[in-house]
Amino acid sequence: MTDVIVQPAVIEPLLGPLYWLLGVWSQLMTGVARATGLEVLQYGFMHRAILVGLCIGVMAPLIGTFLVHRQLALIGDALAHTGFAGVAIGLFLNAVFEFGISPYLTAVIVAMVAALLIEVISETTDAYNDVSMAIVLSTGFALGTTLISINAGGLAVGVNQFLFGNLSTVSTDSAAILLVLFTIIIGVVGVTRNQLLYVTFDETAAAVSGLSVNWYNRIMVMLTAMVVVGAMQIMGVILVAAMLVVPVAGASQVARSFNESLLVSVVLAEIAVVLGIAVSYYGEATAGGVIVLLAVGVYVLAVLAGKLQTALTGTETPEMGAISPNSDPTTTDD
Amino acid sequence: MTPHHDNTADTPAIELADVAFGYTATPVVEDISLAVSPGEYIGVVGPNGSGKSTLMKLMLGLLRPDRGRARLFGVPAHQFDTGSRIGYVAQHASASKEMPITVREVVKMGRFPHVGFGQLSADDWAVVDEALDTVGMSAFADRRVTELSGGQRQRAFIARALAGEAELLVFDEPTVGVDIESVAAFYDLLDVLHDDGITVVLIEHDLGAVTEHAERVICLNRELHFDGPTAEFVDSDALARAFGTTTAVLGDD
Repeated sequence: MTDVIVQPAVIEPLLGPLYWLLGVWSQLMTGVARATGLEVLQYGFMHRAILVGLCIGVMAPLIGTFLVHRQLALIGDALAHTGFAGVAIGLFLNAVFEFGISPYLTAVIVAMVAALLIEVISETTDAYNDVSMAIVLSTGFALGTTLISINAGGLAVGVNQFLFGNLSTVSTDSAAILLVLFTIIIGVVGVTRNQLLYVTFDETAAAVSGLSVNWYNRIMVMLTAMVVVGAMQIMGVILVAAMLVVPVAGASQVARSFNESLLVSVVLAEIAVVLGIAVSYYGEATAGGVIVLLAVGVYVLAVLAGKLQTALTGTETPEMGAISPNSDPTTTDD
Repeated sequence: MTPHHDNTADTPAIELADVAFGYTATPVVEDISLAVSPGEYIGVVGPNGSGKSTLMKLMLGLLRPDRGRARLFGVPAHQFDTGSRIGYVAQHASASKEMPITVREVVKMGRFPHVGFGQLSADDWAVVDEALDTVGMSAFADRRVTELSGGQRQRAFIARALAGEAELLVFDEPTVGVDIESVAAFYDLLDVLHDDGITVVLIEHDLGAVTEHAERVICLNRELHFDGPTAEFVDSDALARAFGTTTAVLGDD
């Protein structure tokens, strides 16, 4: 019964244009398949998987950059596991009450609530810590496995796709949900990029400059929840966090500026995703695992490139100028 | 961009009334009442652990007093959100130590309170480059902050505060790690900023620098031991009382 997932009537008109978009994308891919003769591009499910993969390659390192530089690399893992609890809740509700809700929707909701909880707890205790993160992670996973085992009947069959991800089970519905998440994430980061950068780099100075640090942190963790649930379809619960961390770690080895590091991390992630999907298709392996292995490979190359870069540019330092009060920094013309 | 002037000239930039604060049950500062008028140059001195940095955090609204009230430009300090009016340089920069980010990108943040969700205009970038020039860091603009020495990092953070074109600049031991010649130049820079009408609050362990440059001295050790003109401070025994010794010699550092 999990094969046929009917969206509640409210969401249907919202997703309409996205189905159209997915159709256009699919036609485009079919065209590419005809022109190139690539077998991998002939199937509808691969069209959706590639689109989802490309989106993951942008949004995961984008959000990951803000997390990694705040020493929050593990929060993605914790939220993915609560997302799994959300999936289980969705499957449970569908089985017991015949709701027909996509489990990805319940996963988004549960993960976002968990994200807010982690953030609010850290605000009151004044620290993110490994322990609270580990507790949230295991609670999420325990809740998920318990709910699934209660309903073991028909449910356990569908669980593997959530745990390990699966290219061939990316349905039109879940691809549409991912596009919605993708749009929200890109939109919010686009609007608040200055604030997120300031809070990430220097929380105290950001607070003095009038930013509500707590609110930007809450926004950040909720975006993280959206990313991990969105990426879960292909990457799976267990490996999804790697996409938030590994390309970003690679990018910080070679990039000099923050903007450059954003760009490089997206490029590295896309390389891993595109190659990974192709390799897993032809090699008949699980996409999530292959993508992460490739991402780690790309990371190692980035580390080497970074070392090489340092060795080549040498250590010459430019002349430091004097602090010169004469050039008056406070004069402006407007 | 010109600073806002939405309240009258006699509204204190900083006002603390009967403020007490402690991280635990023991107060770190107590019975603090003071007001800083726009345009003043104030030095805050006191022994290590006397609550100087805590006082600064209370002033800026980073901490809320347990008792009493703290106001910034007439607004309760913790609610104050017109960041374009305040510039701040921390003692040990709280900033991320590993992030890939250039000096220019750091200084750019000084403009964020002015641009909000928008982009920096050509004028904003001009202010950024001018601030870099003022602290002598133009040649380092495209360097990664992680490659800098402590003193260079500190200069970058000073440039960020300058780029904000704030009315009130708060420095918490800003010259830690900065080389000696540059320290003198830095205090000259503060004098110029003060002459331009900017309110300067300087927290310093170097008593000589404070007595030489600040107009008014606040001497702190949990409570206020002195608050008045620098000349009076030099003549008083406030320092000895605050440091709990009679052997403290001014300018001996």
